[in-house]
Amino acid sequence: MLDDFVLRALLGGIGVAAIAGPLGCFVVWRRMAYFGNALAHSALLGIAVGVLLAVDLTGATVGVCLAFAGVLLLLQRQRQLATDTLLGILAHTALALGLVALSFFETLRVDLSAYLFGDVLAVGAGDLLWILGGDGLVLLALLALWSPLLSAAVSGELAQAEGVAVGAVQAGFLMKVALEETHGMKIVGILLIVSLLIIPAAAARQLARSPEQMALLAALAGALAVALGLAASLAWDTPAGPSIVVAAALLFFLSLAGGALAHRPAA
Amino acid sequence: MAAAGARGPLVEAVGVGLRIGRHELLSRVDLELSEGEILSLIGPNGAGKTTLVRVLLGILKPTAGRVERRPGLVVGYVPQRLHVDPTLPLSVRRFLTLGGLRRARGRPSAALAEVGALHLERALMSELSGGEFQRVTLARALLRDPDLLILDEPAQGVDFNGQLELYALIERVRDQRGCGVLLVSHDLHVVMAATDRVICLNRHVCCAGRPEAVSRHPEYLNLFGTRAARKVAIYTHEHDHAHDLAGEVVEGDAPQPAEETVPAGRRHAR
Repeated sequence: MLDDFVLRALLGGIGVAAIAGPLGCFVVWRRMAYFGNALAHSALLGIAVGVLLAVDLTGATVGVCLAFAGVLLLLQRQRQLATDTLLGILAHTALALGLVALSFFETLRVDLSAYLFGDVLAVGAGDLLWILGGDGLVLLALLALWSPLLSAAVSGELAQAEGVAVGAVQAGFLMKVALEETHGMKIVGILLIVSLLIIPAAAARQLARSPEQMALLAALAGALAVALGLAASLAWDTPAGPSIVVAAALLFFLSLAGGALAHRPAA
Repeated sequence: MAAAGARGPLVEAVGVGLRIGRHELLSRVDLELSEGEILSLIGPNGAGKTTLVRVLLGILKPTAGRVERRPGLVVGYVPQRLHVDPTLPLSVRRFLTLGGLRRARGRPSAALAEVGALHLERALMSELSGGEFQRVTLARALLRDPDLLILDEPAQGVDFNGQLELYALIERVRDQRGCGVLLVSHDLHVVMAATDRVICLNRHVCCAGRPEAVSRHPEYLNLFGTRAARKVAIYTHEHDHAHDLAGEVVEGDAPQPAEETVPAGRRHAR
């Protein structure tokens, strides 16, 4: 019989991973892993803002992540600095600002390490509601935007020429990643959240023959990594978040080997 | 052939200018393209050809002048380069139908057969060569039954025979479907024979006119052979101005000793 906290961790983790997988496929296709990482860094500023204003921390984090995506979109309109430079500036500014702001509180009532590395076993009933509710929203938005998102991932120029509002689609996508990362922060933390987006997607690539297959396989791989990581954490008393990421990495290397075997006769 | 039709031109640019920061990419460009007409847009590298195409497509907004597209215009666009990330498992067949087909004409396999790429139907987009990619993108454009076909440097990375085949294909498509065609090329002197009009662009329209059939030039006939002669034509530039090294217009085209040995049509081809 599973303890309640384990069950909540499992549900929350699988809920996050199942959405992060398909979303992560777009991150991989569009080569936006660095963006995902930068966005996660800005989440710490969100925590600081939440403490400062004494509002709900998750809500504050979502707000700051969305603002981060918005500022990036605006800055991308100028064409002098490349996006990765902009991301480097914004991400580290946000992270540093967050750390500076948090240092002002004499008695820090925020467990910094829980945000940096996640604390999936402490997911409460309220958190679970947040995660699953928000996940449902992200899933609906992803399904609704699937076709234009895919067109834009193949070629933004072609999609634009055919009348897809690429700017709006792109903005919607950034918002979804921001929301998803806020959820994932509870599971594996700010420093590791991008791994839940890109490792399952990369693992799925080896076996998938279509974009939809890849998205589905990524969701499955993410869910499996959460289950395996939690099991390992309980069995060997390892930290839960990093264990999940290690499990995902194992799945990725297994898929590499499987892919190499599958392609050998054809070569 | 180039009857403007009762509904006016497919697309029209009037005094279009585009300035980004301090750079003037386009200035005072006029262009008009009608049903059944093939227009070749030529110019040196950096002349703003692709920029003009993006303005015509509505991807870029001009900072001066206006662009008018016929309402409900369906454009088939074959971009110069298109990079599909190898991590995206997208088959050619799926690529053809991607984004929905509101006005599909025939089946994806028929469109592929039309461009001679039927054997690629099951291939992955990331595995195609440059020439294959171009044909697949063209098939995708044709499948949408476009009123206007825009091809940006389709002959790039294709050998001369491939170029002749491509020109034959474009001519056939125009004859069968009656769509307008805008063909972008950086080749300043040799254009597709079926071209109705040529516009030479160097940020502004340098000159415009009709190409001359190759067959009138025995030298080219010797060089290219009769098959080529039916598919390509010579365009003679008649500019009333010259450009300095920075590309700025030099007023009056004052005869300079160094230029007198250069044929008039080559002045832009630095």
